[in-house]
Amino acid sequence: MSELEGVYRIWLRELIRYWRDKGRIVSSLVQPLLFLVIFGGGFGFVKIGNINYQSFLFPGIVAMSLITISIASGISVIWDREFGFLKEILVAPVSRISIFIGKALGGCTTALIQGIIVLSLSFLIGVSISIHSLLMAIPLMLIISLGIVSIGLIIASLIETFENFGIIMNFLVFPLIFLSGAFFPLAEAPQWLKIVSYADPVTYGVESLRQILIGVSFIPFSLSFTVISLFSVAAILIGGVTFNRQK
Amino acid sequence: MFAIETFNLTKEFDGTKAVNNLNVKISQGEIFGLLGPNGAGKTTLLSMLCTILKPSSGTAKVNGFDIIKQKNQVRKSIGIVFQDPSLDNRLTGMENLEMHAGLYGVPKSERKKRICEVLEIVTLADRANDIVKNYSGGMKRRLEIARGLIHYPKILFLDEPTLGLDPQTREHIWEYIKKLAEREKITIIVTTHYMEEADALCNRVAIMDYGEIKILDTPENLKNSLEGDMVTLEVDSSKEIESKIRGYDSVKKVHVSGNTVHINVKNGETFAPKILDFVEKNGVKVNSINIRKPSLGDVFLHYTGREIREESGNEKESMKRFARVRGI
Repeated sequence: MSELEGVYRIWLRELIRYWRDKGRIVSSLVQPLLFLVIFGGGFGFVKIGNINYQSFLFPGIVAMSLITISIASGISVIWDREFGFLKEILVAPVSRISIFIGKALGGCTTALIQGIIVLSLSFLIGVSISIHSLLMAIPLMLIISLGIVSIGLIIASLIETFENFGIIMNFLVFPLIFLSGAFFPLAEAPQWLKIVSYADPVTYGVESLRQILIGVSFIPFSLSFTVISLFSVAAILIGGVTFNRQK
Repeated sequence: MFAIETFNLTKEFDGTKAVNNLNVKISQGEIFGLLGPNGAGKTTLLSMLCTILKPSSGTAKVNGFDIIKQKNQVRKSIGIVFQDPSLDNRLTGMENLEMHAGLYGVPKSERKKRICEVLEIVTLADRANDIVKNYSGGMKRRLEIARGLIHYPKILFLDEPTLGLDPQTREHIWEYIKKLAEREKITIIVTTHYMEEADALCNRVAIMDYGEIKILDTPENLKNSLEGDMVTLEVDSSKEIESKIRGYDSVKKVHVSGNTVHINVKNGETFAPKILDFVEKNGVKVNSINIRKPSLGDVFLHYTGREIREESGNEKESMKRFARVRGI
């Protein structure tokens, strides 16, 4: 009972912090908007199959915001450590696993809220998405962000300071997003790029999200959905173990 | 039963013993002070008692629970105020307290009442709904103390409770702590490197250095253990004079740091003119002289051969202090 309460408290804290930081909410919407309106608009002449580039790009942008928010909230544990709050949590009579679960759920809830806001931008750029696919997208977005938050928590357990934050973004997050086929059709990619993209778990998230939202994908949905789910489960398990072991 | 009892408690870091074979008993209801310079092992000792660090060998009982085998019971029965700030600055005072109450399993029906109680104790009730970022350093410290009390701990650990606070706030916090011990009948363990703090607060003080307790007694007894007076001389050069003073007249103990010579003698008033004369005859100029009763600082010097310094912190520590004062 008190473990559940612990999970709830840690989750609630993440939400309060997210809600209070209006600047972050707004600024994290700017990047997807730039991509959608300018990048997507500029490539407006491109057609992929029979759909325009903006529509094609849209699921990729949703996935991108999910991933950046998720990784950031996982990594926020480093802040908690720097500012001392992590101590308060770690010394409480609550197990490490509960702390991990609370953090992961908190991070994925905020990512989900952000994802839904980005989804709602679809009307703005004239991409129409049915209620049915919206409802289908939510559990998938949950799965993706749970996995990525766990990756963030693993990173936070392993690195000590925030100095490495830029390195992580440049060498991990951006490559994962760029390789995922969020911006280009995998079908048309050169062979070497295809191979690398297949090794990127985010690819399967983007592909399954694209199938659900606009009904197009290169990798069959059953495969992409299976791979991204397995990836998330693995990330959660490894994350739980690493978090349990830290310090 | 003792509030705390340690059994050969030891913690090693890369071969250095931060806490060395410690055996100490602390009674219930005591305000117990751990006095020592930075790196003496105070925080390490505290961390072990709070089950944050695992001892290298030995163990301890806190409220009758073993710190290795009964971690959760220990944690539920103690409150901790860490040396470094540990509040969530983005939450309100109230939210910080609610979160703590939840994490420590305080029953829902009790929470409101207890939060009001502790806010009352530290007189923060009217600021409870402000974001912590906007609190002053002293208010944050008080909130941390309040937070440590919500789950009705039997022991409250305060690690350097007034580090980096201005003298006025410091005295306020001492008042709170004393009232608290009286009213709530809880045991309070304070670590500090401020002499006045140990003197003002504690029923008993343990002087700690290099991981060991050098001496343990009431502040009064400790000061009385240094008989007589402390005579302090500021001289031009202390190099040759030290050994000469050592053998002179009724001198009991001499300690030199830089150009300051601390001398412990039986009767300072009659000794002062004599030592002035003696030192000047040896060709050393005395710039100032001071006679006073021994303080805990002198006791510390006596038992460790070192002076305790307030500003001995390294860069990181002074940054932390800066952060606390500025409320970052």
